Amino acid sequence: MAEKISILIVDDEESVRDSLYNWFIDDGYKVECAENAKIALSKLEEKEYDIILADIKMPGMDGLEMHRRIKAQNKEPIFIVMTAFASVDTAVQALKDGAYDYVTKPFDPDDLSHLIRNATSQIALKNENKRLKTSISSLVDVEDLIGESEALKKVLKQVESVAQSSSSVIITGESGTGKELIARAIHANSSRKYFPLISVHCGALTESLLESELFGHEKGAFTGASFNRKGRFEMADGGTIFLDEIATISSKMQIELLRILESKTFVRVGGNKELTSDFRVICATNRDLKSMVNNGTFREDLYYRLNVVNITIPPLRERIEDISLLAYHFIGKYCTSMSKNLISIEPAALKHLERFEFPGNVRELENMIERAIVIGNGKEIRLKDLPMGKEVLNSSIESIDDVERKHISMILTKYDWNISRTAKALNVDRATLYNKIKKYNLKQGI
Amino acid sequence: MKTLTIILLSCGHFEKEISKSISEDIAREFKSNVHFKECTIDLSTYYNPRRRQYDANAILQEISSLYATDSTKAIALLRVDLFVPILTYIFGQAFLNGNAAIASLHRLRNELYGLKKNDLLLTERFRKVVIHELGHSFGLIHCQNPICIMRSSTYVEDLDQKEIHFCNQCKTILIEKHQSAD
Repeated sequence: MAEKISILIVDDEESVRDSLYNWFIDDGYKVECAENAKIALSKLEEKEYDIILADIKMPGMDGLEMHRRIKAQNKEPIFIVMTAFASVDTAVQALKDGAYDYVTKPFDPDDLSHLIRNATSQIALKNENKRLKTSISSLVDVEDLIGESEALKKVLKQVESVAQSSSSVIITGESGTGKELIARAIHANSSRKYFPLISVHCGALTESLLESELFGHEKGAFTGASFNRKGRFEMADGGTIFLDEIATISSKMQIELLRILESKTFVRVGGNKELTSDFRVICATNRDLKSMVNNGTFREDLYYRLNVVNITIPPLRERIEDISLLAYHFIGKYCTSMSKNLISIEPAALKHLERFEFPGNVRELENMIERAIVIGNGKEIRLKDLPMGKEVLNSSIESIDDVERKHISMILTKYDWNISRTAKALNVDRATLYNKIKKYNLKQGI
Repeated sequence: MKTLTIILLSCGHFEKEISKSISEDIAREFKSNVHFKECTIDLSTYYNPRRRQYDANAILQEISSLYATDSTKAIALLRVDLFVPILTYIFGQAFLNGNAAIASLHRLRNELYGLKKNDLLLTERFRKVVIHELGHSFGLIHCQNPICIMRSSTYVEDLDQKEIHFCNQCKTILIEKHQSAD
């Protein structure tokens, strides 16, 4: 591990720099020296160091000021101050400002060894913590993939088989069907699961913002770029990048994307250094990319590069049998988060949910359940707690005949007065349907 | 493989037994010829009255320029208390991948820590410091193996823990260094 730790020594005394340099080199660390804070800061702009060992008293900028400037750059190396006996007060001030520790010159060799050993274990812990946090946050919510329908089982089977490969995946499906959840499930079941899953909502960003977001930027690349910033591709190194609403990206971005997908190398905005990243790409869209390719709004080469595997998530109305499972799942989820007792759902309300079209799919169902829990009586979700329930209740004074007439009329219109298809949808025979049309005096176009 | 020569420089009086055992250790561990020489440098030049210690960096520099060559490494055996500016004391010092090293037995004596005099232990500690510093001059860095001679030692007790041999990993690196030097 010691081989990977880099140390920057900042001291105006050459003998101090040399002694420390020799000491750390013997231990196998990567060591560099700077004779003043200005040089140290310029070195820090070029690369990052794990540990900085700096003298407090230096001509020009002192160690404390240097520490403040490093912190302002959002860099987090372990900062250790070196001090003479006379300046212990300033060392204490450095500790208050967030320095890791201080040592009084000259130090006992054993103290120095302990200090660096502790600092390196702190670095290892910090890195491990970061990695674990990322992997945990990537795994959460995968449990939201609820359902027993054949349509969902088919999707999950595809997820399982595609997860182990590194192929690009396009997830298609209507808005709210859970495209991001599927992307998370692929990532969580892949060998990349201990590395980050980075999500980018392409539709929410302008072209220039998206470029800087994806590739990162160098300090001064544009107004407001005060610091170097890693791009999402860089952050996804070892893991997966999920590009939502891929159909919305401009033709310029399509070319850039194609280039990075082919070479896995890129340059930060305003930079000239070529960086590499090992990532897997998963895209999602609710548009028909193939027809966009046909009408020339989406590049064909990019489409084929991304569309190695295609997973289509069925809309909720095509998996009605999952609605009750999902409803109970969301009841459990929101009752827990709102610290309420678990409530049930009235059979009439559930039946009504199962008949509803859900243009907003699972997301709409989830919002409905959340709203119903908030406004409900705290015991069960009633029909009137659902947004479409009021309509149903208000029209409940109609007679059965009225309801039947309206329903048959609606289905006839839906199937363009095709008697066979309407009869099939209503689950009656053609003769019955003709009788009903005659009974209610239904006419096409009315 | 070319046989290297290592010059053992005595700065002050050392019993014949100590010099002999150190010579044997060096010849065995580094497969080299060992030449014994009296060191003529005036140590008082390197005395720092404020610290009441001797400047190890300056002595090392002097040994390198006076006794070592590209094909000859030199190690000076000392009895004085050594320091480098940033550390309170050191047992020895070497140029990593260089041609010179120094080792002192001043801080290795039991009496310094209020313990009973033990000449045998003192010699053994000194032999370990010499081989360790020469190891650095051959490009070896500190080893994590607790009994390897290249394990970092900041206390005498640390020295007593380790053996007077290189671990297999360090030995392999040493052989590679030898071969690349040919």
